[in-house]
Amino acid sequence: MKISREEILHLSNLSNFSLSEEEITSLGADLENIITYISQLDELDTTGVEPTYQVFEMENVWREDEILPQEADREALLALAPEALDYQIKVPKVL
Amino acid sequence: MKIANKTVTATRLVEDALKKAAEFADYNIFTSLNTDLALQKAAEIDRKIAAGEPVGRLAGVPYALKDNFLSPEGHTTASSKILEPLQSPITATAVAKLEAEGAIMIGRVNLDSFAHGSSTENSYFGPTKNSADPTRVAGGSSGGSAVAVALDIVQFATGTDTGGSIRQPASFNGVYGFKPTYGAISRYGVVAMASSTDCVGFFTHTPEDMDLLMQITAGQDPNDTTTLPDFYGQKSTTATKPTIGIIKDFDTDAIAPEIKQAMTAQIAKLQKSGHQIVELEMPTLKYALAVYYVVAPAELASNLSRHDGIRYGYRNAEASDLASVYAKTRHDGFMPENKRRIMIGNFVLSSGFYDAYYLKAQKVRTLIIEEYQKAFAKCDFILTPVSPNPAFKLGEKVNDPVAMYLEDVLSVPINLAGLPSLAFPVKSDSALPIGLQLVGPRRSDQTLINFAKEL
Repeated sequence: MKISREEILHLSNLSNFSLSEEEITSLGADLENIITYISQLDELDTTGVEPTYQVFEMENVWREDEILPQEADREALLALAPEALDYQIKVPKVL
Repeated sequence: MKIANKTVTATRLVEDALKKAAEFADYNIFTSLNTDLALQKAAEIDRKIAAGEPVGRLAGVPYALKDNFLSPEGHTTASSKILEPLQSPITATAVAKLEAEGAIMIGRVNLDSFAHGSSTENSYFGPTKNSADPTRVAGGSSGGSAVAVALDIVQFATGTDTGGSIRQPASFNGVYGFKPTYGAISRYGVVAMASSTDCVGFFTHTPEDMDLLMQITAGQDPNDTTTLPDFYGQKSTTATKPTIGIIKDFDTDAIAPEIKQAMTAQIAKLQKSGHQIVELEMPTLKYALAVYYVVAPAELASNLSRHDGIRYGYRNAEASDLASVYAKTRHDGFMPENKRRIMIGNFVLSSGFYDAYYLKAQKVRTLIIEEYQKAFAKCDFILTPVSPNPAFKLGEKVNDPVAMYLEDVLSVPINLAGLPSLAFPVKSDSALPIGLQLVGPRRSDQTLINFAKEL
């Protein structure tokens, strides 16, 4: 399957990547090969077959809506952020 | 398992392991060593032993931790740039259970970045070399774990197996590798790849050690709601002369001659000891790899969207607005294979392609599961090779993603069905290690491991 440059840029955007020109070319070629490979699924007739999304053997797992003691407190979690200030994670301007 | 006692101290076990780790530094096995904390823990265990206090079932046993398990000891990098700075405040459930029994982590070991790969060449820290031939790949993604055990640096190592990432490197290095039934061991605190097939498991020198590690780590965990109710070690697990199935469809020219020979020899050995062998036709299994390369990228693209440079890990310092923080951080932080898989995932999930790829693959997954159910009506376990070839040369497949993916063709169907599978080393004339795998029905984990003791 042929993947256009626009489609690669669209997927890059969906994936939140800023790809270099070189990557656009090389990833484009790789993606075409991979998509050609997975397209062999078309050979199989799956009419009337139910999809399997998970093999957990369970549906909903409920628990009480209560706050349990956590291993990591607020300070420990904030300490992981590249920038934090006054108990908040700092990010560059949005707009 | 060689545990610490009054004559062989934990300090001695840990010092020996660290010495060997230094000796084999050229193999690029470790992403970081845990020297100081490991020696402190060993001293504490030795004190307890001297004082006659109780110690755990893994007292003083040095082990290697695949670097995608969270714990405050060292940085959990997932062999990536984006997580390189991450020192986690939380501990994975499996790690906590091992540590509670006295096991001592001597270092974190290399993997394909985010466990994306079959050779450990996709690591941000460079490839790990094969234990039997350093010009060849370790296998992957748990390459560092397999080589650390094969070179006898540690007695066991943790691994994760989403499509073969424990069994393939185990077979490339001649050790035991076990992928349990989906949900047997908690995934809490393990860097997620493809959530519907991710499993925690181990590398060991013997099936006895594997059994012990499973007894210690398996079980339901409130922090991972996909864990199954406790089953490991709960009932009698001796199958009398299990019937062994072999898959006719896997006997193709794509399998290397030395691996075919190993299969033939193993089948003859089983027949000689009185096992019935049945031939199985499983024509849908050859589509499992295509299913996997739809399902796994779709799930991992979603799981990896959380790595954005905001809450933890690396952030590109030059980005001046939020959108470019995401894009530039992810551009620098992921390896090419991570990018390929994320983009494939977003492709198969995007509108217009969802039905043709994602939904189609999940339907074929149902057919694969049904094929296994039929097979286990005819036999107790299935015997197959782990991979079509023994360890390949470093660099041989790195520029051809589809050729690399094909190395997983015999291991992924098992993950899609959530089944347990044990890779075990076999004796052969080949210069390179060769492994075969036994596959069982769900929850047959302990029977499978016990059966391997007879092989």
